[in-house]
Amino acid sequence: MANFQTVIVETDLLILGGGMAACGAAVEAAHWAKKHGLKVTLVDKAAVDRSGAVAMGLSAINQYVGLKDGANTVKDYVDYVRNDLMGVTREDLVANIARHVDSTVHLFEQWGLPIWKDEKGAYVHEGRWQLMINGESYKVVVAEAAKNALLKTGVGEIYERVFIVGPLMDGDRCAGAVGFSVREEKFYIFKSKATLAAMGGAVHVFKPRSSGEGMGRAWYPPWNSGSSAYFTLKAGAEMTCQEVRFIPVRFKDAYGPVGAWFLLFKSRATNAFGGDYMVERKPELEKWGPYGRVKPIPANLRNYLGMLDTLEGKGPIYMRTEEAIQKIADQYKDDPKAYKKKMKELESEAWEDFLDMTISQAILWAATNVQPEEKSSEIAAAEPYFIGSHSGASGAWVSGPEDLQTDTTRNDYFWGYANMSTVPGLFCAGDASGASSHKFSSGSHAEGRIAAKSAIKYIVEHNQAPKVDAAAVEAIKAEVLKPLDIYEQFKGATTDPEVNPNYMKPRMFMFRLQKIMDEYAAGITAQFSTNEALLTRALELLAFLKEDSEKLAASNLHELMRCWENVHRMWQAEAHVRTMLFRQETRWPGYYFRSDKPTLDESKWHVFANCKYDPKSNSWQMLTRPILHIFEQQKAAVSA
Amino acid sequence: MPSYVNPEKCDGCKALDKTACQYICPNDLMVLDKAAMKAYNRDVSMCWECYNCVKICPNQAVEVRGYGDFVPMGASATPMRSTDSIMWTVKFRNGNIKRFKFPIRTTPEGSAVPEGGFAADGDLNSNALFTEPASLGLPEVFTLRK
Repeated sequence: MANFQTVIVETDLLILGGGMAACGAAVEAAHWAKKHGLKVTLVDKAAVDRSGAVAMGLSAINQYVGLKDGANTVKDYVDYVRNDLMGVTREDLVANIARHVDSTVHLFEQWGLPIWKDEKGAYVHEGRWQLMINGESYKVVVAEAAKNALLKTGVGEIYERVFIVGPLMDGDRCAGAVGFSVREEKFYIFKSKATLAAMGGAVHVFKPRSSGEGMGRAWYPPWNSGSSAYFTLKAGAEMTCQEVRFIPVRFKDAYGPVGAWFLLFKSRATNAFGGDYMVERKPELEKWGPYGRVKPIPANLRNYLGMLDTLEGKGPIYMRTEEAIQKIADQYKDDPKAYKKKMKELESEAWEDFLDMTISQAILWAATNVQPEEKSSEIAAAEPYFIGSHSGASGAWVSGPEDLQTDTTRNDYFWGYANMSTVPGLFCAGDASGASSHKFSSGSHAEGRIAAKSAIKYIVEHNQAPKVDAAAVEAIKAEVLKPLDIYEQFKGATTDPEVNPNYMKPRMFMFRLQKIMDEYAAGITAQFSTNEALLTRALELLAFLKEDSEKLAASNLHELMRCWENVHRMWQAEAHVRTMLFRQETRWPGYYFRSDKPTLDESKWHVFANCKYDPKSNSWQMLTRPILHIFEQQKAAVSA
Repeated sequence: MPSYVNPEKCDGCKALDKTACQYICPNDLMVLDKAAMKAYNRDVSMCWECYNCVKICPNQAVEVRGYGDFVPMGASATPMRSTDSIMWTVKFRNGNIKRFKFPIRTTPEGSAVPEGGFAADGDLNSNALFTEPASLGLPEVFTLRK
């Protein structure tokens, strides 16, 4: 076995990840840990200043409820999220985030994040829930508060550049995590009384549109490699909404944000013939039950109407930037000076939208000499992503808070500690927790705080160090480092280290996974459609891939990380395929279409489709959980 | 390539124990060629063009060339990031140039205090997070409990 030093770190609360949810967890945990004499350890595979999905920055905060101004209620937000997800939402979880998220946004502002204000000092909204920010340093500011909380109080420590491979178990209880440094030959064992998984969603499970350099330009970052899903699955946690992928429609190829154009500038999208699919295909919405009639129209249904145009050969689909700008200009037609000022403002806003969060889109516009006031730009559906924090919903099935349950929900949605998975001692937040969509950056931070406070309470009430068998740890170490050993053992068998009959390098392994998912599991090439036969074939091919994952080879630490990232992706893929197969209907037609079950089936499938992997028997269990309301429902919105 | 390193400007961050770009890259792509003492991006097809290597380089040695498989050549976006703002120069393929300056933070670097000036107390068993209800601007946290 590769000769790595074993480093054992013992702690009370272990936070895995360094993005928005993990930083929220760090800030909250530090306070309660200090009060109760506990230790907090955060482990990030990158540098906390610029890790996670907000590493580049953001141009908006997408969740702000506005409770203090009475702008909206917690219930308003819950209704919005439930409708957008075609009825599939844990109201207790969404309400819990919604009641705390404003508090987190107010902290961001205090820490130094510039939030746009109008002349009266009120936040400038992009939409009902969205605030405009100057967000180039969003993550830097949030990370700074997290680092100060952990390091300046003396309660915490941070390990950067340590990649977490999987869970450490003490029977059925999560006892920490194992991983390795990507900088030096060290194998890490973190033993903890509670563990909080916040390692992001999954990208590159599906084949992206670009196959060369541009492969890296996924809409969600390529370093989101399914680590949360793998960790929770392997710990034996029940998972939810594993079929609910997210497909964003964005500016084509560079995937620049469209929110400012749609919401702030009120732009339309039309097809090549000038047709507006939102108008022309409105009758189609009637097929999708009560969800086709809600406002705003669910993201996946908007996607779907555009996809129908593309399928009929009516592409490209354009964002009508020139029309939107002209409409705004018309309001100033009698005042040339004010017009000039407004145009300057708009230009700056439009470009900042890209430069704050998708710089590639600015380069693409500059490289194609785009003047948005003169010419439309193409938009397109990206490949599917797993992102429980946005308009997807995949993640672990977690307990809600006690005080947001009703007599009908308590038995199904509450088991002692908010945001604890079905595995004792394992908490989840951000993309790691499911059925609580639309938390975005701010809600993920708030949820990290919720989960951390809850985890500290768990530790205070179950203050016992986990028991971990030393022989078991040695076996895990051998498994984690195996790709290095395989490479060393067989590298001499060929003249090209990339092609070898004894092993597989992580890059080709990823391509194989992506091809399976793309063609059989409703990727771009399959026009987001699949059926039982295709999904069954996907499982057969994934089984071969899983066998071959035993032959992954790594020539260095970076490749060792890539090997495990792709194993993580593969597990996310399997959970996805199994759950799409299980749910015998089409519920989110703009995310995936089951062509053999092409309609919504409210009578049978207005439920959560959950799954669970049993590490002991190496088998999967599929199950449904009821969708229950914590707020009274209007008659019209209640489904059959 | 997405991010690339100008060998005339890169000095391998010789005063530091690791290069700045290597420290910051969220995807572990930037590495130092120790023989040449120059950094490079080891896997351009996994680069998100997040520009963190560009922004952090003390010598402005790192730049980005748009993805070769869909971006026509000749354009660039170049940042100059200070402690409170960022200045962008966007160069078009046709030679046009646009400049933008945006604020990036309102407080001095390093000054973010976790409780953000809100009263931080409370009870581990309550539904309030440590800065609440003060940071909510409300007298209490929403609950269904009567």
